[in-house]
Amino acid sequence: MGKKIGVFVCHCGTNISATVDVEKVAEEAKKKYPGVSYATTYKYMCSDPGQKLLRDKIAEEGLTGVVVAACSPKMHERTFRNAAVKTGLNPYQVEVSNIREQCSWVHQDKAQGTEKSIDLVRMMTEKTRKDRSLEAIKVPVTKRALVIGGGIAGIQAALDIADGGNEVILVEKDASIGGHMAQLSETFPTLDCSQCILTPRMVEVAQHDNITLYTWSEVESVGGYIGNFNVKIRKKARAVDLDLCTGCSSCWQVCPSKKIKSEFDTGLGNRTAIYIPFPQAIPSKPVIDKEHCLLYRDARKKNIPPEESKVCRKCYDVCPIAPVKAIDYAQEDEIVEVKVGAIVVATGYKELPNNVYGEYGKGKYKDVITGLQFERLASASGPTEGEIRRPSDGKEPEIIVFIQCVGSRDPAKGCSYCSKTCCMYTAKHTMLYKHKVHHGHAFVFYIDIRCGGKNYEEFSLRAIEEEGATYLRGRVSRIYKKGEKLVVLGADTLTGSQVEIEADMVVLASAMKAQDDADVVARTLSIQYDKDRFFSELHPKLRPVESSNAGIFLAGACQGPKDIPETVAQASGAAAKVMALLSSDQLEREPVIAKVDRLPPPVFSTCIGCFYCQRVCPYGAIEQEEIKARDGSVIKTVARVNEGLCQGCGLCAATCRSKSVELAGFTDEQVFAEINSVEFN
Amino acid sequence: MSNQTTFEPKIVAFLCNWCTYAGADLAGTGRKQYQANVRIIKLPCTGGIDPLFLIKAFERGADGILVSGCHPGDCHYNTGNYHARRRWNVFKPLLEFCGINPDRIQFSWISAAEGGKWVETINGVIDAVRALGPFEGYQKINAIGPAGSGEGFVSSSDKGCECK
Repeated sequence: MGKKIGVFVCHCGTNISATVDVEKVAEEAKKKYPGVSYATTYKYMCSDPGQKLLRDKIAEEGLTGVVVAACSPKMHERTFRNAAVKTGLNPYQVEVSNIREQCSWVHQDKAQGTEKSIDLVRMMTEKTRKDRSLEAIKVPVTKRALVIGGGIAGIQAALDIADGGNEVILVEKDASIGGHMAQLSETFPTLDCSQCILTPRMVEVAQHDNITLYTWSEVESVGGYIGNFNVKIRKKARAVDLDLCTGCSSCWQVCPSKKIKSEFDTGLGNRTAIYIPFPQAIPSKPVIDKEHCLLYRDARKKNIPPEESKVCRKCYDVCPIAPVKAIDYAQEDEIVEVKVGAIVVATGYKELPNNVYGEYGKGKYKDVITGLQFERLASASGPTEGEIRRPSDGKEPEIIVFIQCVGSRDPAKGCSYCSKTCCMYTAKHTMLYKHKVHHGHAFVFYIDIRCGGKNYEEFSLRAIEEEGATYLRGRVSRIYKKGEKLVVLGADTLTGSQVEIEADMVVLASAMKAQDDADVVARTLSIQYDKDRFFSELHPKLRPVESSNAGIFLAGACQGPKDIPETVAQASGAAAKVMALLSSDQLEREPVIAKVDRLPPPVFSTCIGCFYCQRVCPYGAIEQEEIKARDGSVIKTVARVNEGLCQGCGLCAATCRSKSVELAGFTDEQVFAEINSVEFN
Repeated sequence: MSNQTTFEPKIVAFLCNWCTYAGADLAGTGRKQYQANVRIIKLPCTGGIDPLFLIKAFERGADGILVSGCHPGDCHYNTGNYHARRRWNVFKPLLEFCGINPDRIQFSWISAAEGGKWVETINGVIDAVRALGPFEGYQKINAIGPAGSGEGFVSSSDKGCECK
């Protein structure tokens, strides 16, 4: 039975009709293409009357296929397909021939443009003749979200989703949530205290009925697909029972290992072996650092289970919880399996360490510190309680040099990108310094000043004009030690002179880098990452919070360097996307997916079971299926496509040696029909 | 020789939906002009291109083919473009063996943001194929018919062909 195809050629005002003879295109279609029973032109096909024309003609002419020759299918394919649905025509019987972007706009010659348009419409007509009706795939949605990472991005996303009435599981690899923002002293451009605005949000997370918090935990594996992810979470053994512990602080006060470098204080302060990362930690319950704990070290040395070791045990003895102590040396890792409908990745960034630059001492000079270390020095909760003191001897630095673009915009150090936050945080640092050391002098070496945010430029100017920081445009070539001083050798490219400053302390505006394990996380989640190992968004402009894996969203600096406002905005954006997804009971997916051929009973398939398709599939969507005889014996093993996982790339179809796999919407038959009708003559 | 002044090459371009097709759209939006000798076939991914599609296009009279997709690392399907590249490595010697000058098929990576690159690339392909002259291999074999000896399958005008 032949198809009755209608061809609708759009003028697009004069966008198409000025350089393509639309009447001729319609005429040719009607006259020459087999199967075309109706053809017309219209001024604006996408307009309301245009769509009505489409609907009316489908009904009147009894059309079973439609070709709209108009703009790019990316613009209005959905518009025309939806219009067709209203008349009862399957939307996948409607195709768009792109004669605007591919003809009228790019070819001035009317004869050429018309000829090419005729060709393009014929190709699409031929494809439409082979179109099959497809039904959207419906999958149920698990109304629960997973947020990976408990920094400000993860906190914001989790709170937004939870406030929207959905369950959220927040997984954080450290002992407390808070992330890097908890380490900051003040935030630009308002200079309000970072912890003051963050810690209430952290408490909210802990107290929220809809949020389950797993700290000291990591996502082990992620399976499934949008709406239906299966996640395994490893709860690392903390050696402390979170349910029993009250966070009374007795244990860490008696811990004898007091000289362990605190990660939270960026190595400038110390902590004990049983510790909470910082006083406002959530949960405010300790964890035992098994590397440094005397008991665990003893157990490792003697190769016995830790609970049998008799060394120390001070924290256990002092724990007031009875009858069962909250300290549990025998605790082991636990795997939790959860089902979620959507995932937000908010794994954040790491700071470029100061041992990268050989010319700046490679981390040997104690008084050359990174930006985050300066934050801890300036923070009231930091190791010096907010006084700016040199790490080496505790003296107040009278001359301090800030160096910008350390790592950033330096392909040699692996970050060709701008880290975006350093110009601002250096300006902030100079202010914090001047507010605390009034007589001191701050020098800043910069390459460019980039302050593209609300009130940012004003803030940076304030550092120069009001606080009197001396900005020098140029790079620092070397830092070396001379007595107690650090000599900073640099260039001032504006005056063209060499600069030599004898400084007491140097602060490097270190780059924001992707986490060391970003590639591992990306592989676990099947999402893409860029050359700098930041996770890639689906579209740089229009889909900035979606990852390449449907149902997985990105928030914060794991996608690229970002400051706090941007991070929070993106986290809320991701949360909105998650809520939209979780709001429906069923999810409709495009039926453009692969299918392995099957013939009705006796069940048969031309598939030869080579499973090359399984190897090339980027989504693990190809499953093995046994075809059995009546007596239950296996006749052969063939491939089957998991509809939920398949994204419709067609790799399997092109790889299949026995031509047993087809991609719906782009079957061999359809593509060959298109190629066959490229006549050129 | 068949390199007449009127020869206009016929190019079929197989483009992936996400990068190059969108790049060609961008060229349109930017009103960037290019030669009209190309017919675009859109597929979800270059990795989904069966080599038979390319052979078929030659058989139907194409003089040259462009296959273009996302830049390495940018593939919407993670690795589809790498599969396309790998398949080309296998397919190319076969093409040479068949007597088709592999220069008639070109590959490129063009992102959705590179309208200009699309124009340069497609103009380049059209010009290159124009210099190669028309592809007549299949016409000759069709003219010889099933009883033919098969000689002449390699077009003498196919000067660019260096296969032995």
